[in-house]
Amino acid sequence: MVRELTIISGKGGCGKTSITASFSAMARNHVTVDADVDAADMHILLDPRVIGNEIFHGLNVARKNDDLCIDCGKCYENCRYGAFDPDNTLHAEKCEGCAVCEFVCPVGAIEMVERQAGEAYISDTRFGPLVHAKLHAGEEASGKLVALVRKKARELAEEQGKDLIIIDGPPGTGCTVISSITGVDLVLVVIEPTLSGIHDSKRIIEVAEHFKIPCVVCINKCNINNENTMKIEEFCKEKGIEVVGRLPYDDTATKAMMDKKTIVEFSDGDLSSGIKDIWRKIEKALL
Amino acid sequence: MRSGAKELVRVTGITIITDRGMDVKIAVASGKGGTGKTTVAVNLALSIEDSVLIDCDVEGPNSHIFFPGPMRKLKDVFIPAPEFNLDKCTYCGKCADFCQYNAISVIGKKLLFFEELCHGCGGCKIICPVDAISEREHHIGMIRHNDDRTLHDGLLDISEPFGVPIIKELKELAMDKGVTIFDSPPGTACPAVETMRDVDYCILVTEPTPFGLHDLNLTVDVAREIGVPFGVVINRDGIGDDSVEKYCVKEGIPLLAKIPNDIEIAKAYSRGTPVVKARPEYSNIFMDIIDMIGGMI
Repeated sequence: MVRELTIISGKGGCGKTSITASFSAMARNHVTVDADVDAADMHILLDPRVIGNEIFHGLNVARKNDDLCIDCGKCYENCRYGAFDPDNTLHAEKCEGCAVCEFVCPVGAIEMVERQAGEAYISDTRFGPLVHAKLHAGEEASGKLVALVRKKARELAEEQGKDLIIIDGPPGTGCTVISSITGVDLVLVVIEPTLSGIHDSKRIIEVAEHFKIPCVVCINKCNINNENTMKIEEFCKEKGIEVVGRLPYDDTATKAMMDKKTIVEFSDGDLSSGIKDIWRKIEKALL
Repeated sequence: MRSGAKELVRVTGITIITDRGMDVKIAVASGKGGTGKTTVAVNLALSIEDSVLIDCDVEGPNSHIFFPGPMRKLKDVFIPAPEFNLDKCTYCGKCADFCQYNAISVIGKKLLFFEELCHGCGGCKIICPVDAISEREHHIGMIRHNDDRTLHDGLLDISEPFGVPIIKELKELAMDKGVTIFDSPPGTACPAVETMRDVDYCILVTEPTPFGLHDLNLTVDVAREIGVPFGVVINRDGIGDDSVEKYCVKEGIPLLAKIPNDIEIAKAYSRGTPVVKARPEYSNIFMDIIDMIGGMI
C-alpha cells in the first residue's frame, strides 16, 4: 500500500520546502508532491522536466449578456459574494461560481462558463517523479487543485509501484492545508521557536487532531530562541507528540537554495545530518 | 503617542500625507510565507501615528504577538448554511445537482450534507421545489481587537476551510480617516487577493533568494491583475544575491527598503518584540518606507 507523508508548519518560512526536498533526495521509491499550489517552490530545487500536464478548471464563472439583461436586479439581490453592483454590473473577479445568478435570472442573460484556473504537471526529476501545479493569480478553489495533484500522485505511485508519497504542504490552516493532509498516514509539523511559529503550529496540530491524522514535530532554527524551543518540547510532551529532531539555524539552507540543491546534497554539516536523522525516524515510522 | 491631529504624521512629526481627513489603505503581502510581512506591517503601524493595523491572516494571525495586552472578541463571524427539513424533503436531488461545491449528496432516501464544502451561497434553498431547506448561521471564526483598538485581527475556526468571509468583514473596519495597514495572508489565492483588493498601495515583502524571487514574481502578477500600485521590501538582505533587486529594476518596480539580515532582528521577532522597539536604529527603515509610499499615493 502506498503511504503518504505531508510536511506542514502553519506559519510560512519555517523550512518546509527545504526539508521536504531533502527527504525527496533520500527516499528511494517515492513520488514527490508540491501541494503549495499558490506559491510552489519545490521545482526550484528539483529542476523538473515536465512530461505531462492537465488543465485545471476551477469553479465556473458567471458571464452576463448585457443585451439580454432587463435590469430586474435579481442577480444583485441573490448574489452573496458582492459580484453584482446595485446597477447589476458584474464583477467576475468576485464571483465564487455558485450559479445562483444564472438560476434566478428570468431572461437567461447570465450563464456560467468554464475557466482555466491553473495547471497540474507530472515531471521527472533526479529524485523520481514530481507532481506539482500552478494556480493562476488570484484564483479560487486552490483546495481542489491540491486534491487533483494528490490524486495524480496516487495514480502515478500505483502505476509505478512506488511505496511513498511525500507532500510539501502549504502554510495556514484553511482549504489547501486541509486538502493536503486529509487521509495521509503521517504529518510532520515543522516549527520554528518564535512566538508566531508556536502560535501557528499549535493551530495546525489542532487541525491534524481534528482530522485524526498522526503527527510528529521537528523544531527548525532551534537555537534562535532556546527558551521557546523548550516550550515547544514541553507542549509536545503534554500532547504525546514525538519531537523527531531539532535542526540548527544555519545559513547552509540558504546556500543550498542559492545553488538550487537540496541541503543533503549540498552539505554534510550539522543541518544535513540532522535532516538525515529525522528522515530515518520518519521512514521507520512509515514503511 | 496618539494625538488628536487628523493629518497623517510620522512619530518624528514629519507629515507624509497632508490632505486632512484623507484615508489611506496599505496592504502588506507576499507569495512566500515567512518573508517578514508581519514584521513590516507591525513596525509600520507603530511608526505611523493614528494608524490602525488589521491582520487579515485569519489562518495564522501573528500581529497580536507584537502588541501588548490581550485580544478581545469584537464579534463572531457566521456564514449561512442550509438546514434540511427531512419531513418535507422528497429526495428529488435538485439541491445536490445544483450545488457547485458538491456539498450535498442525495442517494436514494438519504441526504448527506458536507458542511466543510458549503460556501453558503443559498442556492439549494432557492432551488428546493418543496421548501424543505431553511438557513441557519454556521460559525466560522471571530474578529478580535486590542484594548485601544489600534489592532484588529480575525481567527478562522480550526477545521474551517474558508477564511474570506472573515477577511471581508475585517476590511470593513478600515478607518475613514488616517492610515489602515492590512497584514495579508501568504500566497496568491483568494484570501491574499481579498486582502489586496481596494487598497491604495501594496507593499510586497520578499527575501533575496530563489524562493523569494519566484514567489515575488507571482505576487507581482496578482497586484498587476488587481491594478493596485505596489513596491518591494527586501527582508534579510544579505542572505542571498541581488537577483530580486535586478528583477525590480528590470520590471520598473520601486524598491522601498532593504531590511538587513541581522540575527538580533530574528531573535527579537522570536520573543514577540517589534524591531523598532528592540533595535531603534532600524526605525529609519520604516520611516523611509512611509516616505516613499507617501510620495507615490
